[in-house]
Amino acid sequence: MSLPVRVATLVAAFIAVVAGGAFLVIHYLLGGPPVEDFTATSAGQVNVTMQEAPQTSVTSKPDWVSYFIKSPTTQQWVHTTLFKVPAGTRVNVTILGYDGCTPLRNPFWSKVTGTVGNVAYVNGKPQSVINSWSGCNVGHTFSIPGIGLNVPMATPPLTANLCGSSPCTAGPRTVVKFSFTTPKVAGDYFWQCRVPCGGGFLDGFGGPMQTIGYMTGNMEVVS
Amino acid sequence: MAAAAGDAPSGAQARGPGNHGEPNHGLRIFLIWLVVAVVADVLIWVVWGPHLPPGDMATASGGQQFDIKVMAALAAPVMAFVLIYFGYALVVWRQREGDEEDGPALHGNTRIQATWITVTSVIVLFLFAFGTYELTTAQGAGAGEGPSPIWKPNGAKPLQVQVIGQQWRFTYRYPQFGGFETTQLMLPKDQWVEFHVTSLDVIHSFWAYQLGVKADANPGTDNVAFTKPTQLGQVTVRCAELCGLWHGAMFDYGHVLSPAAFASWANSTRAQLASVTKILPPYATTYDPTVIPNINKAMAKAGIAGANGYYYPPQDPAQP
Repeated sequence: MSLPVRVATLVAAFIAVVAGGAFLVIHYLLGGPPVEDFTATSAGQVNVTMQEAPQTSVTSKPDWVSYFIKSPTTQQWVHTTLFKVPAGTRVNVTILGYDGCTPLRNPFWSKVTGTVGNVAYVNGKPQSVINSWSGCNVGHTFSIPGIGLNVPMATPPLTANLCGSSPCTAGPRTVVKFSFTTPKVAGDYFWQCRVPCGGGFLDGFGGPMQTIGYMTGNMEVVS
Repeated sequence: MAAAAGDAPSGAQARGPGNHGEPNHGLRIFLIWLVVAVVADVLIWVVWGPHLPPGDMATASGGQQFDIKVMAALAAPVMAFVLIYFGYALVVWRQREGDEEDGPALHGNTRIQATWITVTSVIVLFLFAFGTYELTTAQGAGAGEGPSPIWKPNGAKPLQVQVIGQQWRFTYRYPQFGGFETTQLMLPKDQWVEFHVTSLDVIHSFWAYQLGVKADANPGTDNVAFTKPTQLGQVTVRCAELCGLWHGAMFDYGHVLSPAAFASWANSTRAQLASVTKILPPYATTYDPTVIPNINKAMAKAGIAGANGYYYPPQDPAQP
């Protein structure tokens, strides 16, 4: 093999290794769901609309339950659980509950906390406690431990045929609305679901429960 | 070893064992070591000791601080001897300019070897006995000792607090106040606290740093730890067991209050949480979904139940 060929081979191999490393870093370490930006306020408030769906047919994990966020710019459902809100601002949240019920493992999280008035409006009715053990009527929760926020998500009736593809645009659902005020200090606040909804994982605690973009995510508060 | 130092070569002027012109290196090293060791131990005990972790906000943490002081006071003379001998050898027995002579042959010294083995053995055995004893007293009661702890406060009526680990938050249940559950850890000063640490999902570890309490939170296990807060203030609580995605964010802050302030907080919180307390399962030292009828009924309604309270059957769809 001539010297130029050997040099060219070496250079090509080097470039391939660097490119592979860059791909791994970008794809696995820096990649992830997009961040929806709700920092543009209207009358000093922001409106966030989300849904929880019984499956994630738009991903490689179709049998995982998941949250979706409606993009404030395109009004399209985006498969992400990351969003950005301004500090010290009232956030009005609407969550469309398309998924069925799963009892809370700890009914303590049946109580609505951290919202304005410590209530959530389920299909327009104010609720301070939604007991998931009395009738299996809670599917998930939306909880931000860092600010003491916890809202159980009420579910459609037990006999309802749940939507079959996500993001759901039709099918039985509940509408849960609540408001909270973001901290005055910028920072990251993770949020999570407290219902063990990771079907197929030991006691439901794995899979979507442990994966950003499904049943847990982050609220970035910016000043 | 100190006596061996006296027998060691010291360059061109050293003439080996029995050289009467050679200073008594062993005595010199011993005297230097004695002064340094005494000064170090006084500084450790008086100056550094009160600032050693985890402080003395409670009996358990104070006990741990005392244990660390004892270990530091024992370790300092040993370390001082090693460093002094090393430094003395470097300074006194270094090769001098123009010294090309070989040193004398080294020979063993039974007395020195026996002294070294005896002293180090005594230290190690003392620490073994001391540590074992400390674990059986109030000093070691802050570590979770399972459902049957070795030590219990005599005659005192402790405040019972159940610590429930769950991804990714600790909640606290107060069975002597109607069994309410809260995310706030509040404790009264000068009263024994009996923690019952458990988990309702994966393994966590309840680490209340300033209280000297660190107890594993295992599902199905009642891990008991005792402590008595002796100062008012804030307590940092962290999970000390890698427990999933947001383990690093699983922390909160507890508070030690005056007895009156604690009673006021407990009564108002009990009333405030009454609506959710009434739907909690009856207080038990562990959480076992298989014996809670309501959760089984709810799961049966949903048609998602596995067997006996477990959320998902093994075939749904595949266990990891």
